Amino acid sequence: MDEETKREIIMEHYSNPKNRIRTNDPNYLKVNTSNSSCIDNLDIYLKIKDNIIEDIVFEGEACAISISSTSIMITNLIGKTVDEAYNYIANFEAMLNEKEYDKTLLKEALCYDNLYKQSNRKTCAFLPYKGLKEALDDYKKRG
Amino acid sequence: MNREDFPMLDKDIIYFDNGATSLKPKQVIAKMNEYYHDYSANAHRGDYDISYKVDLEYENTRDLVCEFINAKYKEEIVFTSGTTESLNMIASGFFANIVEANDEILITTSEHASNVLPWFRLAKKYGCVIKYIPLDDNLHVTLENVKKVITPRSKIIALAGITNVVGDIRPIKEITKLAHENNIFVVVDGAQSVPHLKTDVQDLDIDFLAFSSHKMLGPTGVGVLYGKKELLEELEPINLGGGMNESFDNENEVYLKDLPTRLEAGTPNISGVIGFGEAIKYLNNIGMDKIHDREMYLREYLIEKLIKIPFIDIINLEADSGIVAFNVEGIFSQDVAYYLNKYNICLRAGNHCAKILKNVTGVTNSLRVSLYFYNTEKEIDTLVELLTDKEKIEKEMI
Repeated sequence: MDEETKREIIMEHYSNPKNRIRTNDPNYLKVNTSNSSCIDNLDIYLKIKDNIIEDIVFEGEACAISISSTSIMITNLIGKTVDEAYNYIANFEAMLNEKEYDKTLLKEALCYDNLYKQSNRKTCAFLPYKGLKEALDDYKKRG
Repeated sequence: MNREDFPMLDKDIIYFDNGATSLKPKQVIAKMNEYYHDYSANAHRGDYDISYKVDLEYENTRDLVCEFINAKYKEEIVFTSGTTESLNMIASGFFANIVEANDEILITTSEHASNVLPWFRLAKKYGCVIKYIPLDDNLHVTLENVKKVITPRSKIIALAGITNVVGDIRPIKEITKLAHENNIFVVVDGAQSVPHLKTDVQDLDIDFLAFSSHKMLGPTGVGVLYGKKELLEELEPINLGGGMNESFDNENEVYLKDLPTRLEAGTPNISGVIGFGEAIKYLNNIGMDKIHDREMYLREYLIEKLIKIPFIDIINLEADSGIVAFNVEGIFSQDVAYYLNKYNICLRAGNHCAKILKNVTGVTNSLRVSLYFYNTEKEIDTLVELLTDKEKIEKEMI
């Protein structure tokens, strides 16, 4: 993916993020996620049925990297199983940390594959995943 | 001004985050190194020469602080780890012993967390009431607004001398006069004011003042708790231990030392305090009035240019300090900060620890330039130049 394409993907998801709404629907698990080193702060709402992620929506205040990363995450994970989501998160994290990862899984999220060079923005890109992971753990605990 | 003294300024950065911490001149760094190189011993052990020298240097800083804020007695100067610790000691060591249920603690929505949370805890624990002094249209505190909220139950007014987001200088002298006429104590968070403005605790008639060394050219981990002597005498030490006791035989016979040692338990931050003394000397050599004038000049210089950029909203147009808070319309402040970072400009984006201010202003976060005397017109020109092209910001912010 060339740098210009990466930029376009990020800006498109930042300008028109997928599912940026709040919900009061009790069928959604809600988590708040934030970084101690910056002001990004997101609420992520997750709806799972029979181990399948039916929907994710979000709202909050965050930078372009965080918002776009959330939008891409949502695009890629709706319809996936809980285990697939965990696997996706692990691969995304590996990419940010310059470790080996499965490129075929991440799709548009590959636009952050150079982010390791800006370590202060890694936490921005990972922020929604941190929240989602917490929500998934919560779901699993509830059985 | 004096840029050659600051090693950090050789590093091709433009530093506009002085509200967070200031840079340190080489004289301060050398003074601290000297302690570790030449007379590294503990304090309060004058049996041998190098320890005696430690005491002399350590206490010399106390004299310098005493003079710097024009305290009446040097015993009124207590070294702490910083403003936060000082404010917590005031709340938990002094006021916890005298407040009663329904007493009112007056603060504002633009206070830093360190001047909010200790009062929240005190209020919760003892059933006190937190009241907010309303801010005017410029987000400033006026004497009139203080008058409006005080009642016979008001016990404490806790205010920053200068706030870290709005940058307004509070009319402390007038407020303490009014407060004392109504038997109210005044606590001043001086973290942003003492480094930038001549502070005279006797003239202002402040009851307690807290400030930090690292925002005024000194090292991190050192701060000051000033209190009027008769009040400090009543401040219960939070920390008990070495250095602060006179003698003890059993739990019923513990005798504590006099002020200020009683409030400085444990081995203090010796190199830090000694370095802090050097920082004060440095500030004195320039002169606080000159420092303030320089910052006001730089502020005007920046505002004059920023105001011409149509898509920049300045949040605190009126302020008598080197703090300028603003936003680039339609762009999240942190993205702008990341963009400026690519050009080695250090400034802060966020809510600046004043988390309840957003309820008042509707602005949840902003960029903040906080100036110090060593900043230059040229640095401001570079910043403004980078902010004039919105397309460039949007292109390079990610």
